[in-house]
Amino acid sequence: MRIWSLDRLISPVVAAFILALGLLVAPAWAQNTTANAPAAQAVSEQQLLDELGKIQGRITIPDQKAATLQQPQGRDYQSFQRSTLPWVGAVAIIGMLLAIALFFFIRGRVRTQAGESRQKILRFNALERLMHWTTATAFIVLAITGLNLIFGRRLVLPLIGPEAFSTWSSWSKYAHHFVSWAFMLGVLVMLVVWVWYNLPDRYDANWIKSAGGLLDKSNRTHPPAGRFNTGQKLVFWSVVLGGISLSVSGIYMLFPFAFTDINGMQTAQYVHAIIGVLMVAVIIAHIYIGTLGMEGAYEAMGSGTVDLNWAKEHHSAWVEEQQEKVGGRTPPHTAAEPAE
Amino acid sequence: MARMKFLCDADRCIECNACVTACKNENDVPWGINRRRVVTVNDGKPGERSVSMACMHCTDAPCAAVCPVDCFYTTADAVVLHSKDLCIGCGYCFYACPFGAPQYPRVGNFGSRGKMDKCTFCAAGPEQDSPEIEYQKYGANRLAEGKLPLCAEMCSTKSLLAGDGEIIAEIYKERVTQRGYGSGAWGWRTAYRETVGV
Repeated sequence: MRIWSLDRLISPVVAAFILALGLLVAPAWAQNTTANAPAAQAVSEQQLLDELGKIQGRITIPDQKAATLQQPQGRDYQSFQRSTLPWVGAVAIIGMLLAIALFFFIRGRVRTQAGESRQKILRFNALERLMHWTTATAFIVLAITGLNLIFGRRLVLPLIGPEAFSTWSSWSKYAHHFVSWAFMLGVLVMLVVWVWYNLPDRYDANWIKSAGGLLDKSNRTHPPAGRFNTGQKLVFWSVVLGGISLSVSGIYMLFPFAFTDINGMQTAQYVHAIIGVLMVAVIIAHIYIGTLGMEGAYEAMGSGTVDLNWAKEHHSAWVEEQQEKVGGRTPPHTAAEPAE
Repeated sequence: MARMKFLCDADRCIECNACVTACKNENDVPWGINRRRVVTVNDGKPGERSVSMACMHCTDAPCAAVCPVDCFYTTADAVVLHSKDLCIGCGYCFYACPFGAPQYPRVGNFGSRGKMDKCTFCAAGPEQDSPEIEYQKYGANRLAEGKLPLCAEMCSTKSLLAGDGEIIAEIYKERVTQRGYGSGAWGWRTAYRETVGV
């Protein structure tokens, strides 16, 4: 039996040779690539921000929102909340109040010229009034609690102190979350029930040309209109389109991060807040003309019936249509079939 | 008075997560909340870097600016703290925070969140007169004991620095000069609108 075989000798020699070669070469290679510039390939914060706008990475905790290391867009959100939004809101709402005050001062209350006829005609049936007042009540709750988030810190907090304001804001936040569902339902039902009467018709062009007679101080201009005049159609479409935008952006916020990331959440806030304050301004005008601004207008949504003379002046085409339906007679408000 | 800041030397961070653990333990942080976290950028690629991130205690803090109930305040050491009694859990501070610092303990229906929780720079909260309640709500008040945040104190590679902004910037500059490289003070430009010139 041979102790020293050739192949047994070769392998240690070869191994030693390879090792020696490796020892000589490796440091030289390492020096050329990493030792002199270990940060040469390092990611750069500024470069990432320039290229991607924010910095995201990997984390080892379940909360994936935490994987966003930095989103400088938070600073934009800060300036939106601190200056853009309060300014837009204040200008829209105070501007609308001033415009209405000016209108009231110059034009005064819009009176029914022919006076009361003591004959009533059904204008809005029970379902329509229910959906209007559900949406309206919800909107007022949402508007007050929403405006509280924009202006409360500046206007209410100094008056009632931080503890009371925090308690009120906490409840108003819950109210906003829960009442929102009633508003969303109301807007959808309203869309279905009223959309037909709010499509453009042949009276619109003339109505717009004469500005609905609103600017005629003598109160003699009464452009003919169907069930809804152009001004009412504009209110309808701003409620429906604004309401849907508010609902969609609101649902994003009711289920935070369920559908979008941090920047999407910020966008939802921008949309929700700006449309919200504009809607408040529109609804202020709507409330004015439906109550104080026009004689006889409130009854339409209050009792559901309006005076025939009022209806003839403001919705002449609609009245003719209703009278044709019942064969030339004045439809009594007790008619079995609701006037629509 | 000092102007307290965090600085994470990304060239030293080894993603050991000891800072996260130290913070959770020291402050008895509720389950599911991470006041500090380590994010690895370009994970697995050449030049990956890990950064330990918590509240940066920003100059002109976005959270404080957007809070609808004004529950934030800044201490004399420029640490941004908040009152959990006033917080209504609206979540605005999370949208505003460039660093994802605010955390919420509950996920309720329709985005209810519970009182916000975040890094306090180990300076706890407003109930300075009743340490037990303060600890329960906000965690340790190490600053009152003359100690710095435990995350930085525990950091095994001394990657995470906490303390007066000028001093930690000086330490970092010296490091960069000595070793010849540095990827900069992450987050400083967004948080403090200045950076460490190296």
